[in-house]
Amino acid sequence: MLRLERRPQPSRLWTWLAPLLAVLATMVAGGLLFALLGKNPYEAVATIFWEPLFGEFASYYRPQLLVKGAPLVLIGIGLGLGFRAGIWNIGAEGQYIVGALTGAGVGLAVYPLDAWFVFPLMVIAGALGGWAWAMIPALLKVRFGTNEILVSLMLVYVAEELLAAMALGPMKNPEGMGFPGSRNLQQYPAAHNAEILTGTGMHWGVVAALIAVIFAYVLLGRHILGYHIRLSGQAPRAARFAGVRPARLVLTCLGISGALAGLAGMFEVSGPAGQVSIDFNVGYGFTAIIVAFLGRLHPAGIALAGLLMALTYIGGEIAQSNLGLPAAAIQMFQGMLLFFLLAVDLFTNFRVRLRKTEVA
Amino acid sequence: MTTTLLEIEGLTKGYPGVVANDDVSFSIREGEVHALLGENGAGKSTLVKMIYGLVRPDAGQMHLQGSPYRPAEPRAARAAGVAMVFQHFSLFEALSVAENVALGMETAPPQRQLAARIREVSETYGLPLDPFRTVGDLSAGERQRVEIVRCLLQEPRLLIMDEPTSVLTPQEVDILFQTLRKLAAEGVAILYISHKLDEIRALCDHATILRQGRNVGTCVPRETSARGMAEMMVGSAFAAPEGRGRAAGEVALDVSGLSLASPRAFGTPLRNIHFTVRAGEILGIGGVAGNGQDELLAALSGELASPPGAVRLAGVPVGASGPAARRRAGLLAAPEERLGHAAAPDMSLTENALLTGAQREGLLSRGFVRWGAARSFARRVIDAFDVRTPGPDTAARALSGGNLQKFVIGREVLQRPTVLVANQPTWGVDAAAAAAIRQALLDLAAQGAAVVCISQDLDELMQVSDRFCALNEGRLSDIRPASEMSVEEIGLMMGGAHGMEVAHV
Repeated sequence: MLRLERRPQPSRLWTWLAPLLAVLATMVAGGLLFALLGKNPYEAVATIFWEPLFGEFASYYRPQLLVKGAPLVLIGIGLGLGFRAGIWNIGAEGQYIVGALTGAGVGLAVYPLDAWFVFPLMVIAGALGGWAWAMIPALLKVRFGTNEILVSLMLVYVAEELLAAMALGPMKNPEGMGFPGSRNLQQYPAAHNAEILTGTGMHWGVVAALIAVIFAYVLLGRHILGYHIRLSGQAPRAARFAGVRPARLVLTCLGISGALAGLAGMFEVSGPAGQVSIDFNVGYGFTAIIVAFLGRLHPAGIALAGLLMALTYIGGEIAQSNLGLPAAAIQMFQGMLLFFLLAVDLFTNFRVRLRKTEVA
Repeated sequence: MTTTLLEIEGLTKGYPGVVANDDVSFSIREGEVHALLGENGAGKSTLVKMIYGLVRPDAGQMHLQGSPYRPAEPRAARAAGVAMVFQHFSLFEALSVAENVALGMETAPPQRQLAARIREVSETYGLPLDPFRTVGDLSAGERQRVEIVRCLLQEPRLLIMDEPTSVLTPQEVDILFQTLRKLAAEGVAILYISHKLDEIRALCDHATILRQGRNVGTCVPRETSARGMAEMMVGSAFAAPEGRGRAAGEVALDVSGLSLASPRAFGTPLRNIHFTVRAGEILGIGGVAGNGQDELLAALSGELASPPGAVRLAGVPVGASGPAARRRAGLLAAPEERLGHAAAPDMSLTENALLTGAQREGLLSRGFVRWGAARSFARRVIDAFDVRTPGPDTAARALSGGNLQKFVIGREVLQRPTVLVANQPTWGVDAAAAAAIRQALLDLAAQGAAVVCISQDLDELMQVSDRFCALNEGRLSDIRPASEMSVEEIGLMMGGAHGMEVAHV
């Protein structure tokens, strides 16, 4: 009989091994899923993981890795800080949308002003937009004790409606011949989040993600606020004893994660997406939750996990077009990753013991 | 009756890195009250868990009434007539007594029938209990009765009691002892786990003493001195705390008109509390747990804010300040719950040193943590208080209760507080560690700090306090010099409004 036994200390080995095993298990289970769909499982898994990096068109896909990874990492870092403190912002998707709206809104409002400060202003506006959207669940939680999971999640759908309203109304391109969607910011140099080095996929959002990773790493490891965040997540009573004010921490963590999600949205709308459109958001805010956990809520881990998830996004798209795999199968594949990670995670704190079945 | 009920031979149980029980043998006769004595970590819990079917022995065997006994799970143990009352109760506060009892039964009879049986059993054994009261409203002593009655309904042949008196007033202890004697007279064997020597001498017929997992001897407690048993338990003589009779200085802590609602459901609000503590003095606050101790500690540590003037530190109002500001001002605290309140279980000792040491030990520079300094502070605590651990990188939860408690108290004492508030400083701690902790509190007072010691251990309070008062249902009794008081008087003070009556048997 198998039995679980609590480890006296969390295993360091398993902390590192768990994500790797989870990826491996996902490959196996995903392969099975693809086989059931009548595809060659080996080919499908290879397409997802190999093709984007070393395939025939890798030179096109590799930059995409940064383009898709940056928002995931940027959002994931913010979420990871909150999750560490036991503050569950599930509505990053909404903050991402609102950040894109406020960021793009500033750019569209001053169009066609050609000045150096347009883009920085948009960055600030994007961060503020995401921050403000996250303040709604934060203030409600602090003031009335509402559940931030529900409120932040529900606000995603509000934000989606807001996005549609903006794309069809105030932000609609006056020269767009009646089509929904705003002006394309890629054609407005002062507001365009262009590639810093052509052909690398490296835009300002990637830089911001990198800074966020370093910032979070230093914060968690070296700063008292990071210590208080970890303490609050692990032992809330001890945190209050240490002098942490829970309300202030809720505001801080939701604020940071909201601002980072807003930034991600702003960099996306002014760069790769280009315009405010009804279908602007593609689920980065939700996928970032997986990224945060896959990365063990550790900044460096989140950076790697973000790239990995970006890889499955890109690989998934290739598999869709080359092998005809349904999009839902790819989403399941990504979901499995979180599922297996949480399952394997058990071994960080527990070990399995074989128990001889004894005769009574 | 002298028939052997339970015979234990060569029981051995190892965990990774430690042998919890090593070749333990003894036997319990019917109708006998048998003490299992030992320090924390001596292997008492593991041993009774094996008897109760919670843990499977690696080697050795047990015989119950002559036939082999190997309970695979507690259910099997109960079926064989072995019942256990745990130190920590497993009761649902929001449910009634009868509902709680029903939850623990295989097939529960209808509530009305069950209530009648609960009444019957509780009256027979002198454990007054109303089956329809909500457990959340019961005192710790009454809750224990629920657990005992729950066991007695199974009509056990062996009743295991794990440190049953740690939550009781002396009067409640008397009632419990009468019950246990009555049970024994009816032929029920009782295995009584404790490290309180006086109790064992008063109650038990035989004692088996464990040290580091081994049976180091048996004795007849009535014929052995408390000191003799203590030395068998510890393995060597240990120093009893010394150093009373200091001259009290200026008023260091002044609490006046402190009233606070409890933040927890079923918590106890504080009601108009007044007291002062002078520098160099130890104020003992007795009382049964759950009478506002946690709330009082939180109000003093700064976790609960009060009107500014309700708590004054050397005359300066600090009632509205948070824990960090109070630490800076010199008011430190050590909560009762080690894991999760005084320390974060999964964090290292270094990180836990930072938890309260950040302000006074200068472990921060512009908001950044000086980990090197935190580590050396942790190491100083470990060295000064003889904390047994591989080093400051060990997780707090890997330490034994006594060692972690020494760390928690040491962490505050080394910060040279002007006022230290400790809640249950030696709860669940072995005798040697308890002596060390009490000595540290006495030394701290001798160096001129004011100390508030909240405790339910009367011996401890008598040993350390200069003045004494008791907390009962959130109210503080009059404060009196400890030297003028007897244990009985203190007990009455603690019992206060509970209206304890000695059982009518």
